[in-house]
Amino acid sequence: MSNLTVSNSTLALGFILVIIALVIGYWQKLQIDKDIIIGVVRAIIQLTIVGYILKFVIKANDVWLTMAFFVIIVINASWNAGKRGNGIPKAFQFSLLAISVGTVITLGTLVWTGSIQFIPEQIVPFTGMIASNIMVAIGLCYRNMKQSFTDRHQQILEKLALGADIKLASEDIIRESIKSGMQPTIDSIKTLGLVALPGMMSGLIIAGVDPVKAIKYQIMVTFMLLASTSIGSFISCYLAYKQFYNEQKQLNSDLLS
Amino acid sequence: MKDNSMSSISDVEAFKNNYGVNDLDNIFELTNLSYQVGEKKILKNISLNIEQGKYITVVGPSGSGKSTLMRILASMISATSGEALFNGKKISSYEPTEYRRRVSYAFQQPTLFGKTIKDNLEFPYIVRGKEFDKDQVVKFLNYVNLDESYINKSVNDVSGGEKQRIALLRNLIFPPEVLITDEVTTGLDTENKEIVHSILNRFNQDDGLTILRVTHDDSEIEQAMDKITIKNGEVV
Repeated sequence: MSNLTVSNSTLALGFILVIIALVIGYWQKLQIDKDIIIGVVRAIIQLTIVGYILKFVIKANDVWLTMAFFVIIVINASWNAGKRGNGIPKAFQFSLLAISVGTVITLGTLVWTGSIQFIPEQIVPFTGMIASNIMVAIGLCYRNMKQSFTDRHQQILEKLALGADIKLASEDIIRESIKSGMQPTIDSIKTLGLVALPGMMSGLIIAGVDPVKAIKYQIMVTFMLLASTSIGSFISCYLAYKQFYNEQKQLNSDLLS
Repeated sequence: MKDNSMSSISDVEAFKNNYGVNDLDNIFELTNLSYQVGEKKILKNISLNIEQGKYITVVGPSGSGKSTLMRILASMISATSGEALFNGKKISSYEPTEYRRRVSYAFQQPTLFGKTIKDNLEFPYIVRGKEFDKDQVVKFLNYVNLDESYINKSVNDVSGGEKQRIALLRNLIFPPEVLITDEVTTGLDTENKEIVHSILNRFNQDDGLTILRVTHDDSEIEQAMDKITIKNGEVV
């Protein structure tokens, strides 16, 4: 920890880096200066508030407060994943179930195996990592599913016309959508250590932890993300595909883009 | 054809027993059937009866509502008002997948599923949870002038006419009670058209299959025994 020297004054000086981005944006007439300023201000305010809340939660070391934080993270992630459903009915509810189950199973396994302890400074960050990862996976699943139903509606109609049930008619799309949710995690695993030193591992090394120990944590995080995205993608896809049909098992053309 | 008739009759009988329906003269009875999208009325108060075992040709200009009517009868879409009865019961009262196995719809430009022809001819078996019967499939391939070698062919290695014939077999391997064909001969050469006509005639005459054929083809319209003409969403 002693190596960490980010004080308020160094942070203020670090603002030079934001100015570089603003200068490039202005020079190249990208018209993104407003977005950059809003983004930076939001990040500072949000992270400051979260920092103080985390400090309070960790200091309180209360099970119920930790659980409340868990619930807030899961609901927030579900809300954002639901928005990415882009018109799919009940997208929020499906995301909530998928993220809750994915996070509980993954986190529960980590606690049960003794990889992490049920204390706020471990539960809260791990919940955030897992939930945000599932949120991104579900967003990809929904996007792929909607596009595939649109692109392949003729083939689905033909399968229905031959007497196929909606699950059989949608099987290829469900499979591909689950895969699309998991693919970024699988791709990033392949290049771990070769291209990127992931956030958690880098954070531990910066904080002065032995890199070999940091790697062990990263391997565990990799397992965790793989499990959580597969659970989240699986649940959300198997719930969402039914929304593309009505009660007469007819393709719901209103949902096709 | 006879072997298939036996298996299909038991299939049809099971369906009828399941829903408690009896043989009626009219397989379809439509009363004041309408379909509209927003403010646009595509079908307007259509009332007509379709007799069992008939081979009916449905004609009319493009956009007149022929395909919409056929899709309602195939349970691919639902009428916005009016009543459509199949074997004396509302179409919506049947379990949709079971109904579509009895009233099968063949598309104008079908897509072939999967990678091989087998993926397509196996599909009706998968739908019914049955084992793929190669002998039966070869017999059906022969009906449309194709042989056993086609089973393992890639879907990309068949011509447009062959594709349409294979797609039609997907509808017929387990013969339905009604087959609706929506311009299935459009774009086919004379030889392919004749093959399609031949198999449809055989099923209609030998098995009593009711056929509703939508067509713009002049020769098909000329040869048609029974016709329904639709204009501006109405039967004329």
